[in-house]
Order: sequence, then structure tokens, then C-alpha cells
Amino acid sequence: MLRLLWLVPAIPLASALALAVLRLSQKTVAWLGTCSITASSVISLLVSISFLNAPPASGAYTQILWRWFDVNGLRPEIALYLDPLSLVMMVVVAFVSFLIHLYSTEFMSGDDGYGRFFAYMNLFVGCMLTLVLANNLLLLYLGWEGVGLCSYLLIGFWYRDPANGRAGRKAFIVTRAGDTAMVIGLFLLFHDLGTLNIQDLMHRAVLQWPIGSSGALAAAFLLLSGAVGKSAQLPLQTWLPDAMAGPTPVSALIHAATMVTAGVYLIARTHTLYSLAPQAQFAAAVIGAATLLMAGFSALTQHDLKRVLAYSTISQIGYMFLALGVGAWPAAIFHFMTHAFFKALLFLGAGIVIESLGGEHDIFRMGGLRQKLPVTFWTFLVAGCSLAGLPLITAGAFSKGWIVWGAYSAANGSAELWVVALAGVFLTALYTFRMIFLVFFGQQNSQVTRKPGPAMVIPCLILAFLSIAGGYIRTPFASYLSTVLAWNPGITRSPSFGEMFSEAIVALVFFLGLCLAYVFFLRRRDYSTVLASSPAGSVLHRFWFSDWGMDWLYDHLFVRPVVWIAKVGKGDPIDGFYAGVGRLNEIAWRGLSLSQSGRLRWYAAAVAAGTIVLIGVVIFS
Amino acid sequence: MTNPMEIPFFAAGAVAVIATLLAITRTIAVHALLYLIVSLLAVAVVFYTMGAPVVAALEVIIYAGAIVVLFVFVVMMMNLGAQDSETERKWLAWRAWIGPAVLSALLLFEVIYLVVRAPVSATIGSISTPKEIGLALYGPYLLGVELASMLLLGALVGACHVGRISRSGREVQQ
Amino acid sequence: MTAIPMADGLILGGILFAVGLAGVLLRRNLLLILVSIEIMLNGAGVTFVAAGSRWGQADGQVMFLFILAAAAAEVSVGLALLLTYYHRRQTLDADYVNEMRG
Repeated sequence: MLRLLWLVPAIPLASALALAVLRLSQKTVAWLGTCSITASSVISLLVSISFLNAPPASGAYTQILWRWFDVNGLRPEIALYLDPLSLVMMVVVAFVSFLIHLYSTEFMSGDDGYGRFFAYMNLFVGCMLTLVLANNLLLLYLGWEGVGLCSYLLIGFWYRDPANGRAGRKAFIVTRAGDTAMVIGLFLLFHDLGTLNIQDLMHRAVLQWPIGSSGALAAAFLLLSGAVGKSAQLPLQTWLPDAMAGPTPVSALIHAATMVTAGVYLIARTHTLYSLAPQAQFAAAVIGAATLLMAGFSALTQHDLKRVLAYSTISQIGYMFLALGVGAWPAAIFHFMTHAFFKALLFLGAGIVIESLGGEHDIFRMGGLRQKLPVTFWTFLVAGCSLAGLPLITAGAFSKGWIVWGAYSAANGSAELWVVALAGVFLTALYTFRMIFLVFFGQQNSQVTRKPGPAMVIPCLILAFLSIAGGYIRTPFASYLSTVLAWNPGITRSPSFGEMFSEAIVALVFFLGLCLAYVFFLRRRDYSTVLASSPAGSVLHRFWFSDWGMDWLYDHLFVRPVVWIAKVGKGDPIDGFYAGVGRLNEIAWRGLSLSQSGRLRWYAAAVAAGTIVLIGVVIFS
Repeated sequence: MTNPMEIPFFAAGAVAVIATLLAITRTIAVHALLYLIVSLLAVAVVFYTMGAPVVAALEVIIYAGAIVVLFVFVVMMMNLGAQDSETERKWLAWRAWIGPAVLSALLLFEVIYLVVRAPVSATIGSISTPKEIGLALYGPYLLGVELASMLLLGALVGACHVGRISRSGREVQQ
Repeated sequence: MTAIPMADGLILGGILFAVGLAGVLLRRNLLLILVSIEIMLNGAGVTFVAAGSRWGQADGQVMFLFILAAAAAEVSVGLALLLTYYHRRQTLDADYVNEMRG
């Protein structure tokens, strides 16, 4: 059964090719595009069951398909590697993709680019599964760039609006900044350790590099830069809110559930390296903590439903980075899983809301949709509670509580990080319920024009179920993952309070955020307007709304200078220099040809003058 | 004591310079040629006072005789009239003088400066006899004589060629 | 016997040469340009003879003979060209021929 593993990425890739090449009717496209992902996810489930029932002796299964190329010692293989970590990633990616494809068949119906959309989506799933299952970093990088390409193509899917194209380019270029660092990291790893096979790499790194050595640090920081770019963490987070220009299923699949967590996966995959470079690991924790706070504040101020969710995604991935950084490895992966469920569900719900209101994105023009869209309301509420962390019931509470606990108790944890994580919980509750109250409660501001069909509702229901049930498998999940990705407990510090206490505080903070949201955005809406219109409030509001001015900063720091150089370069100044040399010669030629007057006496005078000067030189020097 | 040859030298030199100046400023070609003859004869006297009687004789015979006669023939053939004289006067406007005068003055200044800078008390006046000249010509300077003869032959052929075409009227306006 | 300062002879040659040069530059009439060239050659001859006389050698006078030969050759060819030119252009204006202008 394990030998079917190669089909998991192969089927979506093949169907992407077929969808791109063949001209099919909308019905066939929907059928082919969804069935390929269904087949892929079913096979991934079968493979997982067989892997769980009879795990290979080594604890991992490697399937070598063929040798990619062989150049001077670099012998990457097209090979898949299945261990508990990649298994979790594979199953989640395949399954969430399947649900979102199902949703898309209805969501995208009637769109001109129906076939194109499914081709891109299938290609994305294939690339993402390649990324997850790759056994060497080069193949992983192939998948990494593949999903980046699909992300670009899908953000700019409705390319007739130039703003969408701009958003796509922005995403592509900003992530490219991280990817470049990552490639350099790969070069460094290959140069120093002589292989790109992940498992070999980790073994050799442990043997060759002492803890804190410069090689390990450089490699870890470079890979971290790649992860930061892909996962939209500080300081490369600016592309993700703009990426919401794409169709909503794209936002759900690529920019919330799967692709943006590739950075998390990369760090988890190479966690041995980070154990050798504690500074890099700590940097990941700090980046995560800073990002989750900043994105949380920004999410509080957004008007656009999808942008709220985008900032919430950045913030939640910040949690994952925090967990990775402190050494709470399984918590990061667990949060990845629950986040994939509830965030995909939130986006799908948002897609239904936006569609049913005829393309309305502004949450202040929504309201009172509770009665009109009951199923959507309930599933959205479940996902929101999961995101905010309603204790004891939702999956998000389990995973986030775990991370908060890890921020204190794991190897790199500290009280400061714990407080930041708690502040994040508060912010999450606040903006989540602000969004829910504004959209579904209060008086109705706009008319519902379209009701969602079964293909859109069923994935929501399944994801709602998973958003709750996913949390209860935490203990088996942790023990299962511990073979490859063990919790890294603090060595020196004995926690002065227990995990239960931390969970209780999290619950308290959650309810505090909930109550505050209730007061400000449902009960007394005027309070929030008063707060936002006070001088300090309006400044902060504008600051947070514009993503802490990062876009402005980058615009002035990078974009403007480059545009300026391009504008200057348009006139080709270097060529101007050479043209100037030519012009100078021409002027000299004109001057000299003026002296060639053709007059005998003129020449005679020149000869005489030359003689006089020469004699003068002889005499007076 | 004053040398008997000094006074003729300076007198002839002054005549030569004045006649030359007049020669290059005349508007009528024949007048210019006449002054040129005066200048050449004066230079011949200068040669004689410097102790070179042979050269003085040659100066009179060849320069004042043969070469100036050539010029006179040419003037005659071109049949220059009063109109040309008028044109010449126009060409000799004062503005045309500035450049040549400055250049010549500079050159002269340099020559005089060179001569005066090293005050040589040397004098001239030793006479070379025709015999000496003949011996020198057909001794160490034989090759030079042959070259001069070839030059003259070349000039003869060239002048014949150029002049013949012009007379036959075959040349076409390019 | 005769004793003329050598410097005076050289300066006379220089003056003649300079005046000839002025004539070459001043005159537009080709015929008078040729005349001026004769004067310059003459000046050079004076210098040679003076120098030869200074050392009591015949060499200076031999050189003058060569100058004489060169002058005769130059005048004959120059006058032939002059005639041809006059034949074609009906003028002796040296500035009239500037087809070689750059």
C-alpha cells in the first residue's frame, strides 16, 4: 500500500496538465479537477492507514522514483519521504484541498476561467504535496517555487483588473526576497555538508557542526529567511493582505490553510539544524511573537472581511513560529492542523457571505446575516470560536493553549513570550468576535441575493466538525509525532505553575476579549467609534490599518528607488556617456575641419605659426 | 678702425631690405618685379662685401637675370591691366596686414634674439676664390651637384608638361 | 681685411626671410606669392654665405648654389602651374581655390 505514495502528488500534477492542455466543458472540468484531488486524498488516507498499522522498521518510508540528475557530487533524487511529520502534512493538505475544490466547483461556476482555475489549483496541490513529501531540499525547493508560482497565478486570477495583477506581482517579488536567501542557504548546506538529502543533512550537521557554530547559524538563518518570506512573517508579511485579491477559495487554500505554512514545515523538517543554532531558533520565536502582535492589532482595524482574515492568518502563523522558536515542535504542527481546518472554514464562510451579498467586502455594510444564512452563521461561529480559542470545546483552544504553555515551559520559553502569547489570545478573541458581531448580528444593512448550494455548504460542515473534533486528538498526536519531533522541554527552569493554570489564564483572557468585543461592537457600537475618533485613537487606527506603515516604508525604501533608477535608466545614461564621447569627437572634427579651409595662405600661416612656436619652445625652455 | 667694406655692407643691406619691403607691397606686378631686381642686386653687393664674389656674380646672373626674366615673361603673357591693380589694392586693405605682420615680427624677434643672445665677436669677410668653390663642388659635394642636376631636369620636364597642356587648351573644366 | 660682424649678416638674412614670409602671407596674388618665396630663399642664402664666410670655408657658397638650383626649379614649375591656373580660372587669386576645404 505504501508503494502508492507516488500517486499522491502525481495525480494532481497529471490532472493539472490535462486541464491546462485539453478544452473541456465546465462540467468535465469540475469533475476532473475535483476527482483528481479526491483520488489523491483517498490514496493519502490509505497510505496513512497502512503506515500507521505497520510502520516501517526505520520509522520512515522512502520511495525513490528516479535519480533527478548527477552533477559533480550533487545527486538529488526524485524521492518521497514519509514519516509522521510529512504524513500529517500530507493528509491535512490533501484533505483540505479536496474540500476546497468541492466548494470551488460551485463558487467558481460561470466564471470565464473555470478550466484555468482548476488547472492552477490542481497544480498547486501537486506542488504542495511534492514540497511536503520531498526527501531532499532541492525537490522541496521545486515544490516551494511551484506553490509560489501558483500563488502568483491565482492572486492575479482575475487579471483584467490591474490591481489584482499588482497584488500578484507583489506577492511574488516579496516572497522572492526570502526565497533567494533560502537558495543561498541550500548552496551553503551543500557546500559544507555535501548533500541535500534532508535526513543525511541532519546527521552530518550534527556530526560536523558544534552547537552555535557559524556554519549552522548561517544556514539556519538563511532557511529562516525563506520561511519568513513564504509564511508572511515580519518583515516580509506585506504581501499576504494584498493576496486577498484572488478568488476566495484560493485565499482559503493557499493563503490560509496550506502554502503559507510551508515555512513552518521547512523549519520543523530541519529542526535538528535549529537545535544546533539556538540563536536562529530564538530569532524565529521573536519574529513569531512580534508578528502575532502586530498582525493582531492590524486585524482589529480592517474593514475588508478577507483582510481581517488575512491578518489573522499572519498572526496565527506567528503563533506557529513562536512554538517552533521555543522548541514546542509538536504544538506548532498541531496548530498548523487545527488552523488549516478553522481558517479554511472561515474563508469559505467569508466567501459565501461575500457572494450572497453580491461582492460586498466591507464588514460595516454587513450585519444581521444570522437569520438569512443560518448554516453559514453556525459554521462561521464554530470556526471563529476555534480561532479565538473557546476553551474545552474547540480545536483552536487546544492547540493555542498548548503553544501558550510552550512559550513559557519549552526550552527557549520565557515569561515575556508567555505574556506576548496571552496578549495575542486577547487580540484574537477581540478581532474575531468584532468580525462575527459586525457580520452576523445587529441590523441587516444589505440584501442577500444568492443562497449557497450543497457543494459550498457540505465542505463547511465537514470543516466545522473538524474544527471541533480536531482538538481531542492532541495527546495521541503528540505521542505519535514524538518519534520525529519531540517536545523540547526546558532543561534548567522548573515551571512555577502548571499547564492547567496556563490554560485557565488563556480561557480567562479569551472571555475578556469576547466581552470587550461584545461591549464595543454589539452592545454599544458608539464606544468604539468614540475611541477610534479620539486623536490618539485615530492615529493608532490609521497606523494599524496601514499595517504599521510597512507598505509605506517598503515603498519608500525599495520600490521608489528602484522605480527612480529605472526612470533614470530609461534615458540610458551610460549610453549617454558613450554618445557623449562620439559627440565630443564630432565637435573636434568640426573644429578641425574648420581649420582645413582649403586656402593656401591659411596653411602657410599655420606652418609659420608652428615654426615660431617650435623655435620659441627651443629658445625659452 | 672702420673697415672699408663695412659701409657698403650696411648700405647695400638697407637698400635690400627697403627694396624688398617695397617689392611685396606693390599693386602692379611689374613694379614689384623691378623692386625685386633692386633687392637682388643689393644682396649681390652684400655677398661681395662678405667676401663671396662668385656668389655675387651668380646672384646677378641667375636671380636678377634668369629668374626675374621668367617672371617678367609670365606677367607679359597674362596681360595684367589697371583693373587687376585695383583688385590688388583692395586685397591689401590694412586688415589683411595684421596677421602676416605679427607672425613675421615674432619670427624676426626670435631670429634676432637667437643671434644676439650669444654675443659672438666673430667677423666675416674672408674671400673664397672660385677655385675653392669649384674644388668643394666637385669634391665632397659631388653627390649634391648630381642631385641638383636631377632636380633641375625634373623641373624642366614638369614645367614642360604642365605648360604644354595649358597651351594646347585640351584641359576640361572639372 | 674686411671685418663685418657676423651677427649683422645673420640678422640681414633674418630680416629678408621675415619680410618674404610676410609677403607670402599677405599677398593674394599667386605671382607675388612666388616672388615672396624667392625673397625667403634669398634670405636663407644670405645666412649661408655669411656663415660660410665666417669660417673661411667655401661650403656656405656651395649651399647657396644649391639654393639657387632649387629656386630655379621651383620658379619654373611654379610659373608653369600659375599659367595653367590662370588659363582655367582667369584669376590669380590664391583664395579662389579652396576645393580642398574640409
